[in-house]
Amino acid sequence: MDLSYTPEEEAFREEVRGFLAENLPKEISDAIKYGTGLGKDGYLRWQAILNEKGWLAPNWPAEYGGAEWNAVQKHIYEEEAAAAHAPRTVAFGLAMLGPVLMQFGSQAQKDYYLPRILSGEDWWCQGYSEPGAGSDLASLKTRAVRDGDHYVVNGQKTWTTLGQHANKIFCLVRTDPDVKQQEGISFLLIDMDTPGIEVRPIILLDGTPEVNEVFFDNVRVPVENLVGEENKGWTYAKYLLTHERTNIAGVGYSRAGLESLKRIARIEQSGGRPLIENPHFAARLAKVEIDLMAMATTNLRIISRAAAGQAPGVESSMLKVKGTIIRQEINDLTRRAVGPYAMPFASEAVAGDNDPIGPDYAGPVTSQYFNNRKLSIFGGSNEIQRGIISKVKMGG
Amino acid sequence: MNFELTEERQMLQDTLRRYLSDRYTTATRNAIIDSDTGMSDEIWTELAELGVIGALFTEEQGGFGGAGFDITTVFEELGRAGVVEPFLDTAILGGGLIAALGDDTQKQLLDEVIAGGAHLALAHGEPTSRYDLSRVETTVVQNGTTGGGADVQNGENIVLNGRKAVVVNAEAAGHLIVSARESGAADDPAGISLFLVPAGTPGLSLRGYPLFSGGRAAEVTLDNVTLPASARLGLANKGFAALADVVARADVALVAEVMGAMETATELTRDYLMTRKQFGRPIGTFQALAHRYSDLLIELEQARSAVINAAGHLDKPSEIRDLQVSAARNLIGRVGRHVAEETIQMHGGIAMTQEYELAHIAKRITLADHRFGDTDYHLERFIDLSAA
Ligand SMILES: Cc1cc2nc3c(=O)[nH]c(=O)nc-3n(C[C@H](O)[C@H](O)[C@H](O)COP(=O)(O)OP(=O)(O)OC[C@H]3O[C@@H](n4cnc5c(N)ncnc54)[C@H](O)[C@@H]3O)c2cc1C
Repeated sequence: MDLSYTPEEEAFREEVRGFLAENLPKEISDAIKYGTGLGKDGYLRWQAILNEKGWLAPNWPAEYGGAEWNAVQKHIYEEEAAAAHAPRTVAFGLAMLGPVLMQFGSQAQKDYYLPRILSGEDWWCQGYSEPGAGSDLASLKTRAVRDGDHYVVNGQKTWTTLGQHANKIFCLVRTDPDVKQQEGISFLLIDMDTPGIEVRPIILLDGTPEVNEVFFDNVRVPVENLVGEENKGWTYAKYLLTHERTNIAGVGYSRAGLESLKRIARIEQSGGRPLIENPHFAARLAKVEIDLMAMATTNLRIISRAAAGQAPGVESSMLKVKGTIIRQEINDLTRRAVGPYAMPFASEAVAGDNDPIGPDYAGPVTSQYFNNRKLSIFGGSNEIQRGIISKVKMGG
Repeated sequence: MNFELTEERQMLQDTLRRYLSDRYTTATRNAIIDSDTGMSDEIWTELAELGVIGALFTEEQGGFGGAGFDITTVFEELGRAGVVEPFLDTAILGGGLIAALGDDTQKQLLDEVIAGGAHLALAHGEPTSRYDLSRVETTVVQNGTTGGGADVQNGENIVLNGRKAVVVNAEAAGHLIVSARESGAADDPAGISLFLVPAGTPGLSLRGYPLFSGGRAAEVTLDNVTLPASARLGLANKGFAALADVVARADVALVAEVMGAMETATELTRDYLMTRKQFGRPIGTFQALAHRYSDLLIELEQARSAVINAAGHLDKPSEIRDLQVSAARNLIGRVGRHVAEETIQMHGGIAMTQEYELAHIAKRITLADHRFGDTDYHLERFIDLSAA
């Protein structure tokens, strides 16, 4: 047992910290820190900066322009990035599609798409969920029928995150309706400009147009946009999900959230004293901090096992459940901390040139609290994760 | 012991429930939220005609109710429908203070309020007062005729200076009821005075904004707001007791509103669990969800009892009343968070969308915990009162 990082790892942390201090634009870190949101341009600008340094794709091999970091390096980067209020990179191309193409894509697909992901030329979105297929993803109904050298796609995807920015969508589609559900699904790459595609925004409960519905009406997709083999899409989708679940614990985000909560609680007054000295508030704060300290070590234990070559199994489900509970608890405490100033509607409270309503940190906290209810719903809900854990452990 | 509503209250409940389920649909309500004023005058008038405001006042005050259970009957229905119109602000807080303290001239305003023709707002909380009811730093000076150039009565005038935070319904209000410190330390309950300040008085400025759970509020600045002596509401330095009384009534209204909202949240969840299918069966057949739904119902019964306890003690001496009120607010605060988070979770993505009813209901539940003390504030107050 040794809880300390190696000198090499410490040196890497210093390098990351120095890079962020020098290269992360203040407008971008402020947008993250104050929750004002980052537009498409903001994401692309930050990704270009990372790409320049060779750090945009941490888990890609060097031959494709990746950083080839190991699990501990990735963890260190994520911690530092969260502490510096750096944005997350957009996962759909980098963390999801990229690895699938490297594993299962044709040479032509790799050559064409991978560089475009790094350069920001392509913005991918994820077309998995449908109105009737959420947790039960394999029941998806969007149909793709072969017609000469095209597939003709009809159906609907939903919850498509940032689809409004995307020019490409990777989709799970049904190519064979007559076999077991999982065996009739294919993985298609679709250009969003193709005739017959319509994107409609869904406004989330915090007022943000973060997700979309995507409708397909006789959309013709060239057969060369099929990834791997027809009807093998479920295998690729599962492979992708294991990548979606890296950094699932979100320890860095929780740490950054906890720091900002403490800063707020030192400023806010309750009964003439700083809120952080209020025994009930301090107790709530301490409990979540204690949970987070243990979570950080759980996360590292699982990461180092993964670094030793063992694929994470139920552990990633455990990290997802506990990690989201902790993040959501921090969001709840932050909302509580600002008292009556949690009530103003954020988009006004943080609107552009106007002075904030109340303290500057108060604007986004209620939005963040409600928006992050999603953490326990998407990427396999916490109920589904619990189901996986017990099923695996009880040999079901 | 009798836990049934009286016949009159039962009728009021039925009438309101029918009216709101016909008129106050999700689409109507969401359009109201998006509108410039954040409320519907038409709905306000119709609800006033149905007796929503009258029920909150005694006959002597010009209404036909006024007891704790009248408040809970009305606010539970408003909560069920997620009503965003400011009945709490205009009637319970504003109307309540005028009923308690107003002279004959001021009481004419109360008649207008009960008839649905006037709005009020309580400008009490300040940027750093959080939930401390006695913390008031807005200043008041009473001058002789030489003091200011305003229209002066009785040879005296009053000058207010300060800032008021998150004043709900300030923009619509014809009058603000402003608290100010006339003597004593910043958090001394003695020394607080109340004033009726007409909208548009020079020196009074409002920065309005929408609220997260619907309706509007404003940051209010008082910059040498000069008023005649007749603007006083009640006696100098003695405003706190009346404030504490109306806030206790507001607390009862809030717990009832959240109670109603939680009923809607659980009903929506039951319906969804029974109809939404995944893996070929209704998701409510998964025991992991069914048991959690049962837990919500168990918590709701506890919540209902807490509301009854608070309403039933509203007219008792303040130590007894406040203990019950804080108990209810703490319990409802805890249950409310549980219900809002669990009902969203059990719905999945659909509950994350603005146009789904539960989203709004969950916001009402959650943000109610930011008015007049949150779950923790009321826990501490309960501890203090029960130790006393
Ligand atoms: C903000 C947001 C962004 C998203 N972004 C994307 C995206 O970019 N691309 C994409 O494809 N999808 C996306 N999703 C969709 C997300 O993956 C789904 O919401 C998720 O899979 C759950 O599906 P559902 O919402 O249909 O809920 P359901 O599957 O209908 O679940 C409803 C409830 O039932 C529970 N439940 C379901 N089955 C079981 C069971 N067997 N046992 C116990 N409980 C069960 C669930 O946990 C949940 O509590 C996003 C969702 C959200 C909210």
